[in-house]
Amino acid sequence: MNPHVFTLLAEATADKPIDPFVINLVIFVLAIALGVEVITKVPSTLHTPLMSGSNAISGITIVGALLASFSGTFWAFGVVLGFLAVVFATFNVVGGYVVTNRMLEMFKGKDSK
Amino acid sequence: MLNMIYTTQPTLTLALTTKDWLGLAYLLAAVLFYLGLKMLSKVTTARRGNLVSALGMLVAIAATFFQISGGETISLIWIVIAILIGGGAGLVLAVRVPMTGMPEMIALLNGCGGIASLLVASGDYLRKSDVQLVGLDWNTLLAIGLATLIGGLTFTGSLIAYAKLAGSKLIPDAPVQFAGQKALIAVLGLGSLALAGVLVAQPGAWYVLLMVAALSLILGVLLVIGIGGADMPVVIALLNSYSGIAAAMAGFVLNNSALIITGALVGASGIILTNIMCKAMNRSLMNVLFGGVGGAVAGGKGAADQGQARSFSIEDAGIILDAARSVIIVPGYGMAVAQAQHAVKELGQQLESRSIDVKYAIHPVAGRMPGHMNVLLAEADIPYEQLQDLEQINPQFEQADVALVIGANDVTNPAARHDTASPIYGMPILDVDKARTVFVIKRSMNPGFAGIQNELYFKENTGMIFGDAKKVVSELSAELSAS
Repeated sequence: MNPHVFTLLAEATADKPIDPFVINLVIFVLAIALGVEVITKVPSTLHTPLMSGSNAISGITIVGALLASFSGTFWAFGVVLGFLAVVFATFNVVGGYVVTNRMLEMFKGKDSK
Repeated sequence: MLNMIYTTQPTLTLALTTKDWLGLAYLLAAVLFYLGLKMLSKVTTARRGNLVSALGMLVAIAATFFQISGGETISLIWIVIAILIGGGAGLVLAVRVPMTGMPEMIALLNGCGGIASLLVASGDYLRKSDVQLVGLDWNTLLAIGLATLIGGLTFTGSLIAYAKLAGSKLIPDAPVQFAGQKALIAVLGLGSLALAGVLVAQPGAWYVLLMVAALSLILGVLLVIGIGGADMPVVIALLNSYSGIAAAMAGFVLNNSALIITGALVGASGIILTNIMCKAMNRSLMNVLFGGVGGAVAGGKGAADQGQARSFSIEDAGIILDAARSVIIVPGYGMAVAQAQHAVKELGQQLESRSIDVKYAIHPVAGRMPGHMNVLLAEADIPYEQLQDLEQINPQFEQADVALVIGANDVTNPAARHDTASPIYGMPILDVDKARTVFVIKRSMNPGFAGIQNELYFKENTGMIFGDAKKVVSELSAELSAS
């Protein structure tokens, strides 16, 4: 057997908290499974709003952008990148939600006429 | 060593409970996103779903602001300025873009998400390089590399897709391919992955990250430029997925569960759409990405050996439509180009007023993005119940008196069913040729996107009506109302 496996086992049995990376990986995999489950049920009629809507959601990078653009040493290059990240991510979020709403507004059935 | 690093983090000691609350707020946001996506699966709840999801975003942003508040005010002012610029631009574009411009808009949004992830990851790397780079885990470094790579190629890939969809003169709609393109893509792709590995081994090597970023931008261009315009539904769905995965990678960098969950949801959504689009064309993803279908392909049968297509006048077509009991309208990209959706709606009403049954047949890859036709017809106020997908509508063509094809081509080519030599053989098509009469509105006899002539046009029950889709459809309505 690979010695690494033993090392891992030894670490797990010791009084050591789980590496956040492992927890993150668990979350990631479960979220993908959940995503597949939900999205499969979306009818083809709604594929475009689904794309723009999920696109707006992927603008969640704004959270990272906000965290990155905030720093004590302000004029550091990293913070400038953060500033740009906030601009793009906000564009993504606002544009995505508004355009999705505009589209969904138009989808009407026979009853709503 | 590790302990030292942790104790130098200023917030950790006093803010433990605050951090927990923040984690819960992010969880709430993620749940709201999930519910929002779930509600998007029904037309009746979709709009509320979008609002629920937007509420989730508000929660996440508010929590983040709470986290950074109390910091330097200068920094906060700049953040507000950034939000105003990005939000203002997004709002203006989103309100102004016409429904026909939706594919470009979505490509642009994808690109912005991608570049944001790249900037977040590399910005975070630069910030940490001041403080504590040596203590960074291998997985954080790897995530930084991957977020940069995926974010970068999503950005330039989306820009190319945007240019193609917007009909820019700079980038042709047809695939641009050159010798060794695939090999170059493979080398660049593997090379940038290897560089991400180098970054893990040498955390301080910032120039390696710079190289990853540069390669990713080139990769994005190369990947999309070789793909033809009609394959854009697949490309947009795939880029959508990439933007989600990039966000998830940024989440790994920042150790933020909201980003990870959300990125994964979006990534899954994009992959599923990509898969649906590929199946609808009976092609593998590899074939779409590297096949270069849609150029001036010389292959395929010419018009000559298939006999003569019959041209119909508006008057003759009007008489046949007037006598029909059921009509199935088949819209395609040509309807979008001619912006004929409102004219189509009028024609539909005109037919219905004569108690003719009207349905719309929507092929999954009709248009330039998933669901393109549905959005356009919805804009024209056509009830979504009348729109039927491939499986629903195909058995109904046999009973239909008229199939009216408006600007659709390859998705109606019967060769896909029987001609094993045809490049589109095996692709699920709309069986329009089974209707008693088929009318095809088309500008000329030019072959469709796949570069092949459509044998539908030479069938004896097919009549061609040449002209601009909008003009012809309006004239048909006028003809009907006059008779």
